[in-house]
Amino acid sequence: MFQVVYALLPILGAAFYFFGLASLLMCTTAVLSCFLAESLFRSGPERFGSLKDGSALLTGLLLALTLPPGFPLWMVFLGGFAAIAIGKVIWGGIGQNLFNPALVGRAFLQAAFPTAITTWSQPDGRFLAARGTNLALPFFQGETLDAVTSATPLAKMKFQHEPTAILDLFFGNTSGSLGETSAILILLAGIYLAARKVFNWHIPVSILATVAIFSGIFFYVNPEFYPSPLHMLFSGGLLLGAVFMATDPVTSPFTIKGCWLFGFGIGFLVVLIRIFGGLPEGVMYAILLMNSAVPLINRATRYRVYGTK
Amino acid sequence: MSDVHQTERLTFRHGVHPEEFKEFTANLAVERMPFVDEYVVPLSQHAGAPSIPVVLKGQRVKRGEIIAKAATFVSVAQHAPVSGTVESIDLAEHPNGLLVNAIRIKADPYSAQTVDGKKPIPWADMDFKTFITAVQTAGLVGLGGAGFPAHVKFSIPEGKTCKYIIANGCECEPFLTSDHRIMVEYASDLIEGLKILRHFIPAEKVYIGIEKNKPDAIKALSDEIRRQGVDFEVVSLKVKYPQGAEKMLIKAVLKKEVPTGKLPIDVETLVSNVGTLVAMAQYFNQSVPLIERVVTVTGTAIKRPANLMVPVGTQIKHLIDWCGGLTEGAVRILLGGPMMGIAQKTLDVPVTKGISGVLVLTEDEVRDITTYKCIKCSRCVEVCPMYLNPSLMGLMARKELYDEMEELHVMDCFECASCSFVCPSGIPLVQSFRVAKSILRERKARS
Repeated sequence: MFQVVYALLPILGAAFYFFGLASLLMCTTAVLSCFLAESLFRSGPERFGSLKDGSALLTGLLLALTLPPGFPLWMVFLGGFAAIAIGKVIWGGIGQNLFNPALVGRAFLQAAFPTAITTWSQPDGRFLAARGTNLALPFFQGETLDAVTSATPLAKMKFQHEPTAILDLFFGNTSGSLGETSAILILLAGIYLAARKVFNWHIPVSILATVAIFSGIFFYVNPEFYPSPLHMLFSGGLLLGAVFMATDPVTSPFTIKGCWLFGFGIGFLVVLIRIFGGLPEGVMYAILLMNSAVPLINRATRYRVYGTK
Repeated sequence: MSDVHQTERLTFRHGVHPEEFKEFTANLAVERMPFVDEYVVPLSQHAGAPSIPVVLKGQRVKRGEIIAKAATFVSVAQHAPVSGTVESIDLAEHPNGLLVNAIRIKADPYSAQTVDGKKPIPWADMDFKTFITAVQTAGLVGLGGAGFPAHVKFSIPEGKTCKYIIANGCECEPFLTSDHRIMVEYASDLIEGLKILRHFIPAEKVYIGIEKNKPDAIKALSDEIRRQGVDFEVVSLKVKYPQGAEKMLIKAVLKKEVPTGKLPIDVETLVSNVGTLVAMAQYFNQSVPLIERVVTVTGTAIKRPANLMVPVGTQIKHLIDWCGGLTEGAVRILLGGPMMGIAQKTLDVPVTKGISGVLVLTEDEVRDITTYKCIKCSRCVEVCPMYLNPSLMGLMARKELYDEMEELHVMDCFECASCSFVCPSGIPLVQSFRVAKSILRERKARS
């Protein structure tokens, strides 16, 4: 778990570089609320012991990285709490959950606060300024006057058919969630994790390949209307999801064959939602949907036991 | 050279690559240890019924003499490892952790400790039944660890044929080098043993499976095969644990799988450990029964690691003394290798016929007992040589769902411990399967 947290450090750094103090506040809030939920629902020596495995830390960080920079902190807190409580504890704790906890937290926020979670601001280099909406009081509309809002590259593409420069996507100089903007850093983190054999590289490779091929077909048919495969790969939460969320060992299949199938399903759903769905982004739902298919995939891709037909 | 197969592909799928640590003893010739005062010969050193003592307390016995006879067909004779006096027939510590009846012999300090006769037994004219009885009388069991009586394995059941004989010289356990040294130093006996076996079991093909990390053994045996002019084939295999498991060896050499719940003979194959074959050759050539074996005494906590030829029944404290004793920080003593060896609670346990090594480890090398919850990382799934799902079975074991585990083929697990070896959460997977298997066996026996 801690290896994954180490791999996240450069991405956290990038979030700080692009979105300033807001990123720090949001990450801290999310992690604290995850810790709170984790220890609140345990008793005895496990109460704080269960924090040591680092999974609550990871859930908190991942959740914060999927949220828009101006997201009110009290909502972040609720999301972190829901991530652990609904995403993990009620399933029986670590290792038992069907869905990725961080994404459960985000899905909760998406359902509860659909406006806040789709209000994006442009990176503007004001490091130390907390965004006005961050400090909004619970259930009040935040002050939005000093936040420059801007549509995400995916939304621009979907609603205005206006692509963003690939290089900006690659380095992260676009609007989007805290941790999803810098493609290069996420890719490097993925390579690090694969080299350390911490995660199953089959899953991200399978997701990205599926997205590239599937969206490539659309692009080939009508390059004016559909986004290019590179735009698809480097925009939105696809890389963050493919590298850090879909590879969660607890919620991904056992066998390598299963992992390819799982990744294919996610990639397929992402393209489907992004191009034909009502939302500009579909990574979260794609992963959650495929999470729910993992028991079936496991059943279908069991290894043939030695000596049996 | 056609008699050595040199293909990298000769292996099985999955498995693990633990560090070898064989360099401690791989190049040390087998040395004989002086006789000690007392020997403890357990009556149960094999799978099957314990042997029945045929000596009385106070009786004088001679080295190589029968002191216990086979109880039934699945049982073997035991012999006196030294000349001396029977002190007692009583419960004694056994490497498996239980107290088992054993014959305790006080060695005669003035005896020359030789075996009477040393005449060859004319095997060429024997019929099959006499051969089987001879193997049983020699006390031969599989020296690889399982201790299955050799004559039972050699008795091919009615209606089955044996087309292939494989001598198992893989020795895939880290640290251990006893089979390695046997192959280098007793190459002619090994080929001799295979010749005897093939005389009675006319197999089409005879293989000797050796992992690539023992080039001197591969060379010694290839040379010996040429010298004796036989058509046996040395197969050099990829170094991977558990290559030496019967089922993995058959898969690697013959590309066949033993059906679940069946024996190698069901795929027309007989696998025998190299040490067993050498012991058999020595019995027929010199009428020396199985009274001693090669044991690797090794580990970072042993002052002077060595390959020793020791009489069966020597308590391991004497082996450790002979090897210079323990270094500071020795915390765990295993009989066998680090993967499948059994941890011991006392140094009074004797070397039995199935013990190929005494391994002493320091605190740094022993895994800390903290375990975390299973996060289904599936590393165990990717290493299990039987293609089982240890992760899922481990979760079921926690809930005592033994019937569900049986559906997932837990009975096919042969306890190689690869799953426990790779588990990042330190879960005692193989241990829980061992428990599940014995509970399932017990349930079956009762119903």
